[in-house]
Amino acid sequence: MLSTLQPPRSLSHFRTNPTLLLRYTSLKPLSSLSSQPVIHSTITDQPQSPNPLPHSQILSTRHSLLSRHLTATQLADSFLARLRLTEPHLRSFLHVSDSVLAQARELDEKIQRNEELGPLAGVLVAVKDNICTAEMPSTAGSRVLEGYTPPYDATAVRKIKELGGIVVGKTNLDEFGMGSTTEGSAFQVTANPWDVSRVPGGSSGGSAAAVSARQCMVSLGSDTGGSVRQPASFCGVVGLKPTYGRVSRFGLMAYASSLDVIGCFGMSVADAGILLYAISGHDRLDASSSKREVPNLEAEFVSISSLDSKPLKGLRIGLIRETLDDGVDTGVTSAVRNAALHLEELGCFVNEVSLPSFSLGLPAYYILASSESSSNLSRYDGVRYGNQVPADELNSQYKDSRAKGFGSEVKRRILTGTYALSAGYYDANYKRAQQVRTIIRKSFKAALDEHDILISPAAPSAAYKIGEKKNDPLAMYAGDIMTVNVNLAGLPALVLPCGFVEGGSAGLPVGLQMIGAAFDEGKLLKVGHIFEQTLQNCNFVPPLIADEVTS
Amino acid sequence: MASTIFRSLHTNPCLLHPTALLRRKDVILYCTMRSAQTQTAATPDKVKPQVKVAPNIQNKTLEKASKDYEAVIGIETHVQLNTLTKAFCSCPYNYGSPPNTSVCPVCMGLPGALPVLNMKVIESAIKVGLSLNCKLSFNSKFDRKQYFYPDLPKGYQISQFDVPIATGGYIDVDLPLEYGGGHRKFGITRVHMEEDAGKLLHSEGGSYSQESYERLRLTLSLFWILFVYFMQVDLNRAGVPLLEIVSEPDMRTGIEAAEYAAELQRLVRYLGVSNGNMQEGSLRCDVNISVRPIGNIEFGTKVEIKNLNSFSSVSRAIDYEISRQVLLHSQGEDKEIVQETRLWEEGAQKTVTMRKKEGLADYRYFPEPDLPGVFLTQDYVDGIRNTLPELPETKRRRYEKMGLSMQDVLFLANDVNVAEFFDTTITKGADVKLATNWIMGDIAAYMKNEKLTIDEIKLSPKELAELIASIKDGTISGKIGKEILFELLAKGGTVKGLIEEKDLIVDPAEIEKMVEKVVSENPKQLEQYRGGKTKLQGYFAGQVMKLSKGKANPGLLNKILLEKLNAKS
Repeated sequence: MLSTLQPPRSLSHFRTNPTLLLRYTSLKPLSSLSSQPVIHSTITDQPQSPNPLPHSQILSTRHSLLSRHLTATQLADSFLARLRLTEPHLRSFLHVSDSVLAQARELDEKIQRNEELGPLAGVLVAVKDNICTAEMPSTAGSRVLEGYTPPYDATAVRKIKELGGIVVGKTNLDEFGMGSTTEGSAFQVTANPWDVSRVPGGSSGGSAAAVSARQCMVSLGSDTGGSVRQPASFCGVVGLKPTYGRVSRFGLMAYASSLDVIGCFGMSVADAGILLYAISGHDRLDASSSKREVPNLEAEFVSISSLDSKPLKGLRIGLIRETLDDGVDTGVTSAVRNAALHLEELGCFVNEVSLPSFSLGLPAYYILASSESSSNLSRYDGVRYGNQVPADELNSQYKDSRAKGFGSEVKRRILTGTYALSAGYYDANYKRAQQVRTIIRKSFKAALDEHDILISPAAPSAAYKIGEKKNDPLAMYAGDIMTVNVNLAGLPALVLPCGFVEGGSAGLPVGLQMIGAAFDEGKLLKVGHIFEQTLQNCNFVPPLIADEVTS
Repeated sequence: MASTIFRSLHTNPCLLHPTALLRRKDVILYCTMRSAQTQTAATPDKVKPQVKVAPNIQNKTLEKASKDYEAVIGIETHVQLNTLTKAFCSCPYNYGSPPNTSVCPVCMGLPGALPVLNMKVIESAIKVGLSLNCKLSFNSKFDRKQYFYPDLPKGYQISQFDVPIATGGYIDVDLPLEYGGGHRKFGITRVHMEEDAGKLLHSEGGSYSQESYERLRLTLSLFWILFVYFMQVDLNRAGVPLLEIVSEPDMRTGIEAAEYAAELQRLVRYLGVSNGNMQEGSLRCDVNISVRPIGNIEFGTKVEIKNLNSFSSVSRAIDYEISRQVLLHSQGEDKEIVQETRLWEEGAQKTVTMRKKEGLADYRYFPEPDLPGVFLTQDYVDGIRNTLPELPETKRRRYEKMGLSMQDVLFLANDVNVAEFFDTTITKGADVKLATNWIMGDIAAYMKNEKLTIDEIKLSPKELAELIASIKDGTISGKIGKEILFELLAKGGTVKGLIEEKDLIVDPAEIEKMVEKVVSENPKQLEQYRGGKTKLQGYFAGQVMKLSKGKANPGLLNKILLEKLNAKS
């Protein structure tokens, strides 16, 4: 049954059809295809391509619905079935919507009536629990918001719904996005689908694990210091962190406002890109969202079959030297070096580039993020919403509500940030960190003037064991070294699986990080799309569901 | 929706005494400087320093001592801007709306909500900055000021810290004549933009003592305690834009301070950026005051006074506080003056300690990351400068040049609507002095009796000008003029129409007949007149007017009467 979910490989033809790719928003259901029977296809039914191509789940869903190969209800059913099957092992969801099937049926009726479909029609999207959803609880993984349901949808969620997407549920995270393992959730620990004794990364661990285990098609995460990219790397999925300002933050519970972005997870670069395209654009409810026009990102997804042998000829790639230093696992280093070779084969010109300020990013990040979080989390006082601890006196009420509501990592960062902003310490901490941020931004700018794209590992290691770093916050902070600089510079970055290291039953995926110039997500998606299509001998389906999903 | 989100804050209100400040008051909402002046006039008698000394000794000591000391006064004023929507969201704000009916995720500080600046706030700030002769910051920003309080939904206030939108200005003030008059120039340190907080309300409208609370707690279920007793938060006001205007410590007396505040009120009303109403809290003054021996350069210990909701309370609270501090100084107990916030108690007419400052509060300011910087262009500023109306100071100087007395000048320029009424009347050709007299006299009296503003009366400046002209050219008598004025005030209409309605006699032949009748019926008086007693003309005129039942045109009447009286001489 589950095999029906995997669209036939022949759908790569679908992707090659530029009209379908570019104009699908205005397509009407293809009635000429409606008489075709639903094909319960498996990979063996299909002509085997020389390179098994990563596909777009979003586009194949659309194709299946429009061609009436599958109904939205069938699709939703099978994903929900797998969700139920895998969830006891993974615990990636804090809340699963009970209206998924109803929405799918509604969509099927629309298809029956030949009504126009949104570009995300029938796409099952999981949403990180720090992103507000009007009909589902949104807790940010914190006790302080236990049972809280917002009165509004985040702009990103609203856009997904308007385009026909179905929100499957809310995924687990480190409380308020503060952590790198998802162990910091107040409610549950999420496991890595590649090895359930390991962490999925974080803070968007639930969103990454859910996509990796095909519990949903795509998902939303948030990335303040690497919270989309590092779990993408740990879980072997594609993670896309857009330029700061590309996607509205309205409805994203703020951790560090000047660094937070909503990002996308998908099984393929195309999926992450299509989802990003859907949620991008200026929002009058977010003053920090950019008014810059959003180019059609889908135009970047050119099928490999239509390209020559050196499709990326002339592209200048900079491998950041400082990211291959000591402290990075050799398996990770060699996977990234192999990826660099692969890019060379595709025609890129790869050289090493030095960002001397790279190591300054981590301390600057932790000062700025903590400072902003100490302020952003002040609103959780138990007065208007969330958990309140009754007390006889006002200050006790604040103290008790916050002491009981927040977990230890959140408290640690609030204290750090409060300290950094205090009179007499501000200049040496916050102000200095802002100066470092400027230096980092300039050095990235200089490197990106010389190169089209910079590459690095997404994390210094592959997924580690649950509990391994839980009591060593500094070790956990150090794991963010690859990603925090990108947030400080506000740049877009794409992480996609590029290889494996040993570990677990089937090896552990390693992610390659590609960093682009501001608002140049298109280039990252184009390169990433070609990279994943041409990557040899790699299959990023985790062992947990490998029996069910053949690819 | 809001009601499901808002929960009562269960906290003992006895421990939250500052909330007394925030309780709403139902007060009639009009206030002019004139009434403030008359109130302040009573000040010196009313204020009896409440110190433990026999009153007469105390007064003597004070009188003597106050010659040796001077007070240094600075004022922080919060002006609520009357923008259609709040500073960072699209909620409207209307004073007196039911609690939590004008709120949204942004001003309630819900998770995920973000502020977006209302550009009208910048415009108003620039208007005020320019009018206060300030230097504008073309590159400013917002900052977060952080503290915990139930009326502050986000746990921080969006404000401006180190780069306020305007700095280094001054304001010109004319002191009321009752206090000797005179012109003053007070420095303005800075003007910055920020958002207002909500209000705390007692659910039952009253405060409870500790004992009654304990009784309740023993007898009722927890639910009832929550329901009946506890304080609630009203966030209607949260996020309403404010300008904070900080003065230099340039004032020396309560009157100067009150007049400074009154001039700010006048200014924001002239500019149309705020209703400036103190009772509603649209204009709030916090006064900083210290006393030092004359000749000292160093300032004494500064005390802040809050809860001043009229100009007279500003003036009286300061005078009280000066006496208190001078007395302590003169008794060598100046160590008793500590840096603290004191509350003005209107009933007791004294200031009392509200809270002592325990070191400086650390608000951990940092730049607001949710809002972009505020960048102004010269064109934008010039555009606003060109739309500025004539300001109170300019108006007063112009009226002075028109030959009006200072008293007239201060009256007319006090209220922007009165000034506009006056200006329009003059533009329509009315005599300046006569217009002033009518406005300050009968019209002002009528407005006061009927509790109307000049906008609400039915009389238009055009008709006032017409009325003045009609009296001047003798079409109607002053007496009839007054009658017509009151009809115009109450019912409206035109001067011409009312003259017609009154059936006034303007036909010379008819008047001539009446004159002849009166002259022939009073031969004795006529003889006396012709014998040189020309004052009797008034007598004849009165008789004719009486005969016409007051309807004869006085100009014509006098002209014809003179002709007749002097005819055969």
